[in-house]
Amino acid sequence: MGAVNGNGKATLATVWLGGCSGCHMSLLDLDERLLDLASKMELKASPLTDYKDFPEVDVVLVEGAVANSEHLEHIRTVRERSKILVSFGDCAVTGNVTAMRNAFGVDDVLNTAYRDNSTVIIGIPVGNHIVPGLLERVRPVHEVVKVDYFLPGCPPSADAIFEFVAALIEGREPSLEGRKFG
Amino acid sequence: MAERIIINPVTRIEGHAKISIYLDDSGRVDSAQFHVVEFRGFEKFCQGRPFHEMPGLMSRICGICPVSHILASAKAGDHLLGVQVPPAAEKQRRLVNYAQLLQSHALSFFHLSAPDLLLGFDSPVEKRNVFGLAEKHPETARRGIRLRQFGQRIVELLGGKKIHPAWATPGGVLSAVSTDTRDEILACVPEAIDTLQKALSTMKSIMDTFHDEIEHIGNFPSLFLGTVSREGELEYYNGLIRIVDGEGNIVADGLDPLRYHTFLGEASEEWSFMKFPYYKPLGYPGGMYRVGPLARLNVARWAGTSLADRELREFKQRIRESVCQSFHYHMARLIEMLHAVERIEEIASDAELLDTHVCARAGQNRNEGIGSCEAPRGTLFHHYTVDDHGLIQKANLLIATAQNNLAINKAVEQTARRFVAGNTMTEGMLNRVEAAIRCYDPCLSCSTHAIGQMPLVVELKSSTGDVLSRIERG
Ligand code: SF4
Repeated sequence: MGAVNGNGKATLATVWLGGCSGCHMSLLDLDERLLDLASKMELKASPLTDYKDFPEVDVVLVEGAVANSEHLEHIRTVRERSKILVSFGDCAVTGNVTAMRNAFGVDDVLNTAYRDNSTVIIGIPVGNHIVPGLLERVRPVHEVVKVDYFLPGCPPSADAIFEFVAALIEGREPSLEGRKFG
Repeated sequence: MAERIIINPVTRIEGHAKISIYLDDSGRVDSAQFHVVEFRGFEKFCQGRPFHEMPGLMSRICGICPVSHILASAKAGDHLLGVQVPPAAEKQRRLVNYAQLLQSHALSFFHLSAPDLLLGFDSPVEKRNVFGLAEKHPETARRGIRLRQFGQRIVELLGGKKIHPAWATPGGVLSAVSTDTRDEILACVPEAIDTLQKALSTMKSIMDTFHDEIEHIGNFPSLFLGTVSREGELEYYNGLIRIVDGEGNIVADGLDPLRYHTFLGEASEEWSFMKFPYYKPLGYPGGMYRVGPLARLNVARWAGTSLADRELREFKQRIRESVCQSFHYHMARLIEMLHAVERIEEIASDAELLDTHVCARAGQNRNEGIGSCEAPRGTLFHHYTVDDHGLIQKANLLIATAQNNLAINKAVEQTARRFVAGNTMTEGMLNRVEAAIRCYDPCLSCSTHAIGQMPLVVELKSSTGDVLSRIERG
């Protein structure tokens, strides 16, 4: 794989859309293997680093479903700038829990959270210039942009993540044979 | 109000947020707001589903503290059944709760905050993360990683997996603990204690270099709320709620968590998906209170374990009244972790933990159930109403981080006033505003039941919307 940064290391990014962060926590469950990986690749934009602008990368793991207007915009940028995009975990792969609200209308969902359960209502956070508007339907990532690999699980196990990341930064096909999911 | 600066996204916090800093006509900070920009809607889509499913479903609110949601949910289920869980089940729940506190605090301290504390707020952006930490302080990084791993391993041993373990259920837990499990846990205790003692002494040795941050990052009096035992000890699983003020006076004591709605209210604002809980007797927004590590140490008289008590005494001695500086959340987290490891050892050494009677069985006996516990970030409440078939009619979730929402907003504003001057924005300055937030370790996946990530735009805008200047990061 052609590394895009100056020091010859492959580059990885991770993205959070509408998910619970459990997939990212499972990535952290690589524990000390994280430090080994760090010698082979560089972690660029991620909730664990301070990059604010999404850079060009070799591999990106995308956690979560596409649930609001900002996700939609962001995932398109991420797709453009990433060579390999992985749908990371069930929310990205199928919509999972994040998509459970699809059975109800956006107003109904917002009213239940902010009108029925509040004692003081100054305003309801519907999409405005600050908080993004919720999409009528939460969608899995591949419905919005092209996805190269799917890594299912809620969350995927650390072992499965390790194999995926190691394989992709080495430029080979990941193999999950004999590995445990979930 | 002439200009607005936006920091977006706030990074190295567990979730997704933006900050707006409003400048007045002379370029000084007028006010600031902390916006949470994600939402998933658990209160709605759980409706019509059986309450027995709730621990597994509510766990997905947050991958960082799933155990807290599982426990609060299972406890609300216990309440609906009207049962008392067997002693071994309660011990397991307590044990896993401490394990989660440990892993979550370790993440906050070593992975997310240590880069600021040990590398510096002004260190280069591409190094200011756990990998940069591993280059400069390999031993600290490795030990931090192993400490988090210890907590996660206990969750896995008892719950079957590290994240979203389907293990606690209304009435108790699903399976008994084996002697091998107990032995493995006990074997890891000495390293964990050593790691924490080293981290505590490091933290104390560098404390003086953060004089400015301590004084100006979220230093203000407020109420503090947390759970204590009947004796006033630190308590995380089952206790009564105490509220103290900034001077350390007890404002309310012995409050029953099952009656939380009589003393806590929630406000909604259009500029954030995170609600604004407040202490009802003081109204909104006057009833601002803080929860979490610092609040718990402020409300408790003592920890109840020897090593943590020694640290707690020293910590409280620094300031005789309540500790009001948000910066000290970091220290509070270290003390809580030490306490958690001591409690883990205590519970794992208790023969009753191995008892095989781990679940009480009963049919549904009530239509309303409330479960509460101390999550890593503060007091958590799950409140369900069910029909006679056990299907959820209504759910309200009062989340730890949301209870810090008013205080986080105040901390951001105070920090912005001190470190941001309109014409001289620097990257490190903005990082300090974010650091104000990071003190609270806000778990935004929890508080809005969602999370995300976006590029930074820091823009100064004129009142007509023209961009006057712009900073980008990365
Ligand atoms: S797949 Fe599961 S663990 Fe991952 S973000 Fe979704 S709910 Fe969380």
